Amino acid sequence: MTTVAGSPVTEFENNDQKPVGHGRMLRKEDPRFVRGRGRYVDDVQLPGMLHLAILRAPMAHARIVSVDTSLAEAHPKVKLVVTGAMLAEKGLAWMPTLSNDVQAVLATDKVRFQGQEVAFVVAEDRYSARDALELIDVEYEMLDPVVDVRKALDPAAPVIRDDLDGKSDNHCFDWETGDAEATEDVFARADVIVSEDIVYPRVHPAPMETCGSVADFDAVDGRLTLWSTTQAPHAHRTLYAIVAGLPEHKIRVISPDIGGGFGNKVPIYPGYVCSVVGSLLTGKPVKWMEDRSENLTSTGFARDYVMRGEIAATRDGRILGIRTNVLADHGAFNGTAAPVKYPAGFFGVFTGSYDIEAAYCKMTAVYTNKAPGGVAYACSFRITEAVYLVERIVDCLAYELDMDPAELRLRNFIQPEQFPYTSKTGWVYDSGDYEPTMRLSMELAGYGELRREQEEKRARGELMGIGVSFFTEAVGAGPRKDMDILGLGMADGCELRVHPTGKAVVRLSVQTQGQGHETTFAQIVSEETGIPPSDIDVVHGDTDQTPFGLGTYGSRSTPVSGAAAALVARKVRDKARLIASGMLEVPATDIEWTKGSFHVKGDPSASVTIQDIAMRAHGAGDLPEGIEGGLEAQICYNPENLTYPHGAYICVVDVDPGTARVTVRRFVAVDDCGTRINPMIIEGQVHGGLTDGVGMALMEMIAFDEDGNCLGGSLMDYLIPTALEVPDWETGFTVTPSPHHPIGAKGVGESATVGSPPAVVNAVVDALKPFGVRHADMPLTPSRVWEAMQGRPMPPI
Amino acid sequence: MQVTMVVNDEEVTREIEGRLLLVHFLRDHLALTGTHWGCDTSNCGTCVVWLDGEPVKSCTVLAAMAGGHEVRTVEGLEQGGELDPVQKGFVECHGLQCGFCTPGMMMTARALLDRNASPSEGEIREAISGQICRCTGYSTIVRSIQWAAAEEAGTRTTTADAASAADVPTTADSGSAS
Repeated sequence: MTTVAGSPVTEFENNDQKPVGHGRMLRKEDPRFVRGRGRYVDDVQLPGMLHLAILRAPMAHARIVSVDTSLAEAHPKVKLVVTGAMLAEKGLAWMPTLSNDVQAVLATDKVRFQGQEVAFVVAEDRYSARDALELIDVEYEMLDPVVDVRKALDPAAPVIRDDLDGKSDNHCFDWETGDAEATEDVFARADVIVSEDIVYPRVHPAPMETCGSVADFDAVDGRLTLWSTTQAPHAHRTLYAIVAGLPEHKIRVISPDIGGGFGNKVPIYPGYVCSVVGSLLTGKPVKWMEDRSENLTSTGFARDYVMRGEIAATRDGRILGIRTNVLADHGAFNGTAAPVKYPAGFFGVFTGSYDIEAAYCKMTAVYTNKAPGGVAYACSFRITEAVYLVERIVDCLAYELDMDPAELRLRNFIQPEQFPYTSKTGWVYDSGDYEPTMRLSMELAGYGELRREQEEKRARGELMGIGVSFFTEAVGAGPRKDMDILGLGMADGCELRVHPTGKAVVRLSVQTQGQGHETTFAQIVSEETGIPPSDIDVVHGDTDQTPFGLGTYGSRSTPVSGAAAALVARKVRDKARLIASGMLEVPATDIEWTKGSFHVKGDPSASVTIQDIAMRAHGAGDLPEGIEGGLEAQICYNPENLTYPHGAYICVVDVDPGTARVTVRRFVAVDDCGTRINPMIIEGQVHGGLTDGVGMALMEMIAFDEDGNCLGGSLMDYLIPTALEVPDWETGFTVTPSPHHPIGAKGVGESATVGSPPAVVNAVVDALKPFGVRHADMPLTPSRVWEAMQGRPMPPI
Repeated sequence: MQVTMVVNDEEVTREIEGRLLLVHFLRDHLALTGTHWGCDTSNCGTCVVWLDGEPVKSCTVLAAMAGGHEVRTVEGLEQGGELDPVQKGFVECHGLQCGFCTPGMMMTARALLDRNASPSEGEIREAISGQICRCTGYSTIVRSIQWAAAEEAGTRTTTADAASAADVPTTADSGSAS
C-alpha cells in the first residue's frame, strides 16, 4: 500500500470507515518535488529566450532629471533597453493596483521609494543583463523623503503623489467601522480603561522563491503566454488585458509550481509587465527573475499599522468595549490587495472572540516613501493586525486587573448558542465553541503546572513567560454582493470531468503555492464521488485549462473553491444517479448511494459503481430520457458568508536576564477549522504559520533610516527563523463545522500566522512582568527586550 | 573557459565564463533545475549540493572551482530507480510543502546521516540551520530525517502518537546509506 515512487500513497486515519475521501493522505505533489522535478518559473527554458534585469532607484525620493542608456545599448549582448519615458509613449508607464490606485511600472517623473523600477534591460543571458544595468546613467535631483508615518500628514511634508490630480498632501484614505457614540457610552461607565500604543511593524512574506515571469508573445497569432509566480492567474490575465490592451482570449497565464507565496504573489508587479513589454518588443521569450534583495525591497510588504488600542471593562473582568485608532502606512502607491469595499481589509473583526457591547475603529492611511503593499504574509486581509490588537490589549487589561489572561478570556467568550453571532462591527461569525478549544489548549500545555513553575522561577530571579492568544479568523472571501477585486466578484469556478474508465480530472480556479491542493481537492471529490484520490488529477494554474476564479490567498481555497469542488462532484453524482436508474431499471428515487456505488433500496446486490456509470455515460446504448452523454459538470460557487475558524494558542518563553535573549521553549496550538479534509496537511500549515509568528514576534522587520534607505533588504538583516529558533510544535484540534459550507470546512492556512504573534509577545511581556512591563513592540530582539527591561520600551518605527 | 566535472556520476564539459556560479551552471547549462536559488547573501541554502561529498551552497561556489571535482545534486539522490530513504522520509512525514527548499534540505540530511546514522533532534536542527524553510516550521523536516535514520537502521516502528509516522508499514527495501 505504501509506495512513494509512481503511484501516490493513500492511507487514512479511519481505514474501515473511510475507504476514500477525507483523512490523512500523503501528497500527490511530493514524488516530483523530492526528485527535483517540480517546475517553477525559473526552470522554464524556451528557445531563444532572453533575460531581463531591472535598474532600481538608489534613493527613496528624487526627481529624474535624465536617463542615458546609450552605453547599455552598445553592450554586445543587450537587445533592448527601456525607460519610463519610452513606456509613457505607449501608455504603459503606469498600471492600476488592486486598490484602484495606480503604480509606476517604470518611474517617469520621479522615484518614490528605494528599489523602485526605473529602467530595464533585455540581454542574451542573466549576467549580461545585470552588467548592462551598470551602464545606465540616471541623473537624480534629491527630494526630502517621508519616512515616519506619524509625520506624513504634517503640512510641511513633501508631497509624494504629485502625479495625482490636485494632490497636496500624503493622505491615502480614511476608514471607520463600529459605533463611535455607543462606544463612548460604554467607556464612560467602565470601571477600568486601558490604553496602549501598539505597533505592528512592517514585515515581509519573503517566500523562498522570489517573484518572476517568462513572457512569450507570438506575433503571428497575437498570443501572449506568461508563466508567472502568481497566486491569482485568472485575475492577472484580466488585468493584463486591461493594462496592455491585449484581448483576453489571446492571453494565457500559467502559474506553474510556486515556491511559496504567502500573499507576496497576489499583486501584479512592474517586473511582470516589463517582461511582457520585453517580449512584445523583441519578439522573443523574455524571463525576469528578481533576486532576494529586490524581493524584500520592492514587492508587497505586510502590516505597518500603528495602533492605539483601548479597552473598557468592569473591575471583575467583563469587557465592555474596544476602541482603536489606526495609522496605516501604505508606502508610495496603494497596492493593498483587498476587496474594493474593504480598504482596510477585514480589520473590522478586531473585536475578536469576545461578546462585547460596543466597538469603534477610526483609521487613516497615508503615503510614505516606501514600497507598496500591506496585505500579505498570511494576514487574511489585515486580520493579523486585528487579532494582534485585541489579543494584546486584552492582555494589557489582564495586567491592570491582575487577572490570569486565560481566565479573562474565558469570562468574555461569545457563547456557542450565540452563533451565528453578529459582531459590533457587523461581521456574522458562522459558528464557534470557544471554551472547549481553550480548555484543550490549557490541558495540552499543562497550564496550571506552567504557572506554578513560573512562580518558582520568578522566586529565583529567572524570567519565564506564558502567553495566551485566542483568535477568531474570517476567511473565504467572499460573497459577490459585497466582495470584489477591481470589479471581479470573489466567486470560484470548478469543473469535474469523469473519463469513460472512471478516472477523473478536476479543474480549479485557485492556485496552490504548497498548500497541497493537488491532494486535498482530489480528496474532496473522492469523498463525494467514491472515485479514489489516486484516480483524480487536479489541474490548476493555467488560465486556458481552468475555470475563472480569483485565486488562492486569504485562506479562501477551502471555503470557496473547496465548496465548489464538493458541489460540482455532487452535480456529477446527481447525473450518475439518473444513469444508474436506467442501468438498474428502477426509478431514481428507489436508488441509494453508498460511497462509490448506487444500489437498489433493499437490494444491495443490485448495484452499479461510479466507474460502471462513467463507462455507460460515454458508451453505446440508450441513456434515460433527457440525459446527455458524458459525465461532467461545472459550477461557479458564490459563498453566502465567510468561514470563521478559531484557535487557542499558548506559548512558553524563557528570557535570559543577562542578555535579554528570548527562547521559545514550547508552543501549543489548538485549531478548529471545522471539518478536516487532511489532518496531516493542516498540521503542516499550522507549523509553518507558527514559525511565521515566532519570526515576526522576535526577529523580522523591514526598517528604514531617516533617508528612506531600506535596512532589511537582504537575509543578512531580515532574519527568518531557522530550525534552531523554533521549538517542536505541539498541536491539537476541535471540530466546529461551518454550517453554511457544503462539507462544513473552514479555511485554516493563515490561522497560525494570525494567532501566534500575540501569543509570543504576550509570553515575553509576561516574562518581563517583574520589571513592570505592560507592553513592548515587536520584533522582540534582545536589544529591544533589554530596553524594555530597563523601562525604556521604544516603538520600532 | 572550459570546465569539466562529474555531475551525478556523469562527466560533463562546458564552455563557461569564469564568473559563473555553480548554481547557475547546474540550472542553466545542465538543466538540473532541482537545485534552487533563494537568496543573494548565502543564507537560505536552497542551492545546497555536494562537492566531493560535502554539502556546499552552490550559489557561493564558482562553477570553475568545481572543475575536476564531483558534484551531486538532488537529481542524483535516487539510485537505481529507488528513492533514497531521506526522500521517502520527506514524503512520509510531510517534510515539504512548496518543495522549494526540499532539494537542499535533503542533500544536507543525506550528508548528515552518512556521518551520523542516528542524530539527535538537536543535531538535526543544527545540521539544517544553514537552510531556511518558509512552509513547514521544521518539525516535520526533523521527523523526516528521523524517519530516514530509523529506516536505514531497520528500527523504525509504528508509533501511535507521531501522526507523521502513523500506520506506515515498513517497506522491504530499507536501503543502506548511499
